[in-house]
Amino acid sequence: MSCIPEVFKRCKAENRAALIGYLTAGDPDINTSKDLLLTLAKQVDILEIGMPFSDPMADGPVIQAASERALASGTHISDVFKLAQTVREANPDIGIVLMGYANTPFVLGFDNFSKQAVAAGVDAVLLVDIPPEEGDICDATFKQYGLDRILLLSPTSTDERIKLANKHASGFIYYVSLNGITGANIGEMASIRQKVDNIRTHTDLPICVGFGVKTPQQASEVAAFSDGVVVGSHFVGQIPTYAKKYKTMQSAINHAAQAMKTAIQA
Amino acid sequence: MTNHSSYNFTYDLNITHAPDAGGHFEANGTLFGGCFAAETLMQPLQEIEHAFIEAWADPEFHTERLDLLKNYAGRATPLYHAKHLTDEVGGAQIYLKREDLNHTGAHKINNTIGQALLARRMGKKKVIAETGAGQHGVATATVAAMFNMQCDIYMGREDIRRQAPNVFRMKLLGANVVPVDSGTATLKDAVNEALRVWVANCEDTYYIFGTAAGPHPFPLMVRQFHTVIGQEARAQCLEQAGKLPDVAVACVGGGSNAIGLLQPLQDDDIRLVAVEAAGHGLESGEHAAALAQGKPGIIHGSLSYLLEDKEGQVQGTHSISAGLDYPGVGPELAAMMEAGRLELDSATDDDALQAFQVLTKAEGIIPALESSHALAAGMRIAANIQPNQIVLINLSGRGDKDLNTVMDKLGFEDDTQGGAS
Ligand SMILES: Cc1ncc(COP(=O)(O)O)c(C=O)c1O
Repeated sequence: MSCIPEVFKRCKAENRAALIGYLTAGDPDINTSKDLLLTLAKQVDILEIGMPFSDPMADGPVIQAASERALASGTHISDVFKLAQTVREANPDIGIVLMGYANTPFVLGFDNFSKQAVAAGVDAVLLVDIPPEEGDICDATFKQYGLDRILLLSPTSTDERIKLANKHASGFIYYVSLNGITGANIGEMASIRQKVDNIRTHTDLPICVGFGVKTPQQASEVAAFSDGVVVGSHFVGQIPTYAKKYKTMQSAINHAAQAMKTAIQA
Repeated sequence: MTNHSSYNFTYDLNITHAPDAGGHFEANGTLFGGCFAAETLMQPLQEIEHAFIEAWADPEFHTERLDLLKNYAGRATPLYHAKHLTDEVGGAQIYLKREDLNHTGAHKINNTIGQALLARRMGKKKVIAETGAGQHGVATATVAAMFNMQCDIYMGREDIRRQAPNVFRMKLLGANVVPVDSGTATLKDAVNEALRVWVANCEDTYYIFGTAAGPHPFPLMVRQFHTVIGQEARAQCLEQAGKLPDVAVACVGGGSNAIGLLQPLQDDDIRLVAVEAAGHGLESGEHAAALAQGKPGIIHGSLSYLLEDKEGQVQGTHSISAGLDYPGVGPELAAMMEAGRLELDSATDDDALQAFQVLTKAEGIIPALESSHALAAGMRIAANIQPNQIVLINLSGRGDKDLNTVMDKLGFEDDTQGGAS
């Protein structure tokens, strides 16, 4: 059973937004990735683990490069599950989301994928290129395994699409702050807020905001009107910055996450 | 004296063999196609779909489109009974559908005229496109110049190298050619990049997708714009030969020239053959034969056959022809194959080079390397059937753009210099 509803209940009780952090599994290599994921997991409420894919068409250069590093160092889907399981064993209460592209679970078989995800302690799946319209391919299976299906909404989502997403989503709604790819600059705060408020009139699910959150200041602004703040490229970007200096890399991610955490609790 | 008929063609505008409302082509219980796109693109894609449906029902749209196809692009393209090639091969009669004679030198303009008209209807001032061989890029840059639209073309660094003349053409036409270095720096990566750029600019930018693949409505729309090929060829063959072809053959990159030729022949008793790039040979692993060697997968917004490893990572491809060097294939061809309506064939780099030379010498027609794949397979098929039968081959483009590649492969000794002075 997914622990994501519990996570948001807890955050709500503490009167704060949730912090959601992303790293790509196997980046820059499996062993280092394990340390980095374990480090980040200690600071966040929900950990998004990226499944590396050869053609990450919704990602900007930072996360594209992460996928390339992970694949080049020999990361397989079995490693992704193992990494998730390691994180779960050390962190019984956080939410764990597998994030990636449709082809990964499709080729594995959604049933097989779900079975292994649940065995690894995963709570939810976010597949960028399966919109609600194509939900027939996976919704029933995820539901059967108790996996939440996180859906994205964006500035181009009409009220009709927001209602559609609400029907198909569980866990939380991930609002993409801008028309763009991961790592772009965050959109204008007032219009993000307006859209989040609008989405809230159509759903009871928690609404988290991501894409482009890079500074604690932005995180704190987003936290003021959302239920969660997603930080991805900013964490992933520490990996090439401190290439090969694994300890420094690890503490850089730790510090970056701590700063975000402090910012949203303020 | 019989009347001389010029092809002032009447096209059938009914949409047949349409996918379901979500863009799925069904075959034996399997659904291909669909719209596996990021949320940000769903609304823009649905807007395109609505605009397309509305435009297609509007006689004005077709009047303008068909006028441009005729007076700007040069349609109807001829169907040519290649008697010399037929003699050389020794078998069935070979007929060539001369898409190479279109303005810009390939079938691609059928689609870019249609989509540019749509973009203009939708009020978009800027168009983007991906390109592999550069033919779609040139066809897009051409209509952008004519319609006075801003135009960015995404092209893999590797393709820029092998198709330099087309890069120059695009620049002359006023397009901005953006090199793509990610992944394998070929067509699939150019699509990824164009999609990323489109996500960020979908408000004012129209993405002219270049083949009958990608998310719904592109496979349907691109097909509709290309069915002029098959509709003309069918009528021309009836008129010239007094009967329909026995076999119709087209090369497959993403599948646009193939579906354009084959879809209007689908309900006839005609063998439909799709020719994929076998590169260094299917057994070498270095090829681009998605239908023959791939498995179902989801890439670039649609579910179809895909060259991928057992975990769904897309595999590198190889073909001498940049326009066929793509790991995926359009969903409708996949469904036709699944339904048993499509025969698969393939041609290696060497087969294509051979066919390129044979046609050039026999008929004085220099084909594109893409089309040379269809020729290679078509000639093989013709050799094995009877002289009273007809093989119709889609000559999707002309070979000017490939002269550098062919020169490299065959070697070229410049014997016009020096010598007797
Ligand atoms: C002349 C020619 N034929 C065929 C193709 C392959 O594309 P498609 O399969 O969409 O027809 C291309 C692509 O660039 C081309 O330039």
